[in-house]
Amino acid sequence: MKQAIFTENLGRVYKLRGGKKEDPRELVALDGVNVEVAQGELFGLLGPNGAGKTTLIKILTTLLSPTTGRAEVAGFDVDRQPEQVRPRINMVSGGESSGYGLLTVRENLWMFAQFYGIPSKIANARIKEMLEIVGLGDRINTKSSDLSTGLRQKMNIVRGFLTDPDVLFLDEPTLGLDVGAARDVRKFIRAWMEESADRTLLLTTHYMVEADDLCDRVAIINGGKVLACDTPANLKHSLQRDALFRLEVSPLNGLSPEIFEAIPGVRKTVHRPRDGRSVLEFILEEENVLAAVMSSLTENDLTVMNLQKREPTLEDVFVELVGKSMSEVEHGGG
Amino acid sequence: MAVGERVFMARGIRKNTGARLFIQTVLARAYPRVIGQQREKSWVFFDIALPMIAVSSYVFVYRAIGAPDDYVGFVVMGGAMTAFWLNVLWSMSSQLYWEKETGNLGLYIMAPNSLMAILLGMALGGMLATTMRALVITVLGSWFFDVNFVVTSYFQLFAVFMLTMVALYGMGMMFASLFLLLSREAWHWSNLAQEPVYLASGFYFPIKSFNFWIAAGASIIPLTLGMDAMRQLVFETGPTLGFASVPLEIGVLTGLAVLFLVGARWLLRYMERLAIREGRITESRR
Repeated sequence: MKQAIFTENLGRVYKLRGGKKEDPRELVALDGVNVEVAQGELFGLLGPNGAGKTTLIKILTTLLSPTTGRAEVAGFDVDRQPEQVRPRINMVSGGESSGYGLLTVRENLWMFAQFYGIPSKIANARIKEMLEIVGLGDRINTKSSDLSTGLRQKMNIVRGFLTDPDVLFLDEPTLGLDVGAARDVRKFIRAWMEESADRTLLLTTHYMVEADDLCDRVAIINGGKVLACDTPANLKHSLQRDALFRLEVSPLNGLSPEIFEAIPGVRKTVHRPRDGRSVLEFILEEENVLAAVMSSLTENDLTVMNLQKREPTLEDVFVELVGKSMSEVEHGGG
Repeated sequence: MAVGERVFMARGIRKNTGARLFIQTVLARAYPRVIGQQREKSWVFFDIALPMIAVSSYVFVYRAIGAPDDYVGFVVMGGAMTAFWLNVLWSMSSQLYWEKETGNLGLYIMAPNSLMAILLGMALGGMLATTMRALVITVLGSWFFDVNFVVTSYFQLFAVFMLTMVALYGMGMMFASLFLLLSREAWHWSNLAQEPVYLASGFYFPIKSFNFWIAAGASIIPLTLGMDAMRQLVFETGPTLGFASVPLEIGVLTGLAVLFLVGARWLLRYMERLAIREGRITESRR
């Protein structure tokens, strides 16, 4: 099968400037990333903020040079042949404020279509059609500064799809959207991919459900490294041998959740305070370890209010690979 | 959302490349400038009313001291050209910085068009929109203060004006990359350049009033020689107050136009390479 995206040992190091007397520090944003995405695939990059997802997208969209390794998009080297790559791609980022507020939705989209050489007549017909599809047909002549965040993001989404790219990059496309708008965007993405087998889409997200729901394959990325890459089903299946439990208990009151990991058979524990309670997620080697966990909870004067056995999610896969939940990584906790 | 009921358009839409793409890009990027003028009317106050106040002040001073009548015309022309200087400073030189802040710069680089076409589009749009403002100031100023124009050569006048515009906006295009490369706070550079150029370029008096070397140094700003040449071509006493001959000024303006356009192209390429290598120029700080 034809490859749409290919990276080989891709790395990127940023030099961060300190004060006048300080030497620049180095930040490794990407470290030896190898990814292959086939034409027609909807591929997800799942990871917390700062994992290296946006850096990877910037390299693939010719906006950033790699420090090491190489990458190809649509069969062309992104660093040496950017002029060949650019007509074949497009990108939309979550929360972007591109375009001009004084222009209407149609005018903004027309302007960006011109930058890709689409003749005005074709561009205008496509704009009308696609705005209808995303439910913005009645806002075609509204100034973009008058749109809500959700509607503006729908306009941005149309901007990306308007040029009918061979490879489309969506960087956190549902960031900051309400549930309904995010669902609409996901529906739009799925429909676009289903319509033509030679369209390829790379999506970055830190929403597990989004990756699970949309992607053919998912690469879990953290600290600039790809930790695992497979279909969502296979990734979750890798945890099927484990027993996963969610327990709601009385507040831990300073007690470290790590004490439970000392119990033989407990692989990982994640703690989330919620509504004056503590939610503890356990990954156990087998179900009968739960008895030891319950004993430990009792010994520490914790009352169990709810206990739930559940199926593994991509979040569990992330915890298994990284040792922390995604929110813990993002907030530097754990 | 009606996904599922409607279909997307078929693949393989026609896309222009080469010169057609370049022209499409120039026109598309000029569009927001032209249309923006019709939708955002604050320019009537900032770009017409305020310069008219400055023009009136100088006119009353010149009349009070009994200066020749043509000095009033000099001032009106200077007031009109103020609009171009403000436009080049605030809407050209600082523009790539604003484009970076809004996230447009990355999209411009990623698209298959030329960044030079984007800058030319900004320049063309700015020039067209500002010409309207300059015309309004010229007409109002001439009417209020009874300015008498005696045009000696319409052809030369047109040539000088066009060369001045190309050189001036070429300088703005060059500054656009330069401001982005040198500073995160681009508007400080614009603030710094605004008032001194009113003085150095002789917006409200003939540049010949300076000594030769100051006037020659100020000639690096295309408006200096452009205004000097135009004043020589439209006012009766203009030639006696000119800094250099019109043909010489046309020659220098041509050189400046080429210099600034080539400089803009070189700096733009340098900025793009640096942006891609270091990954910081297309980043907004927010």
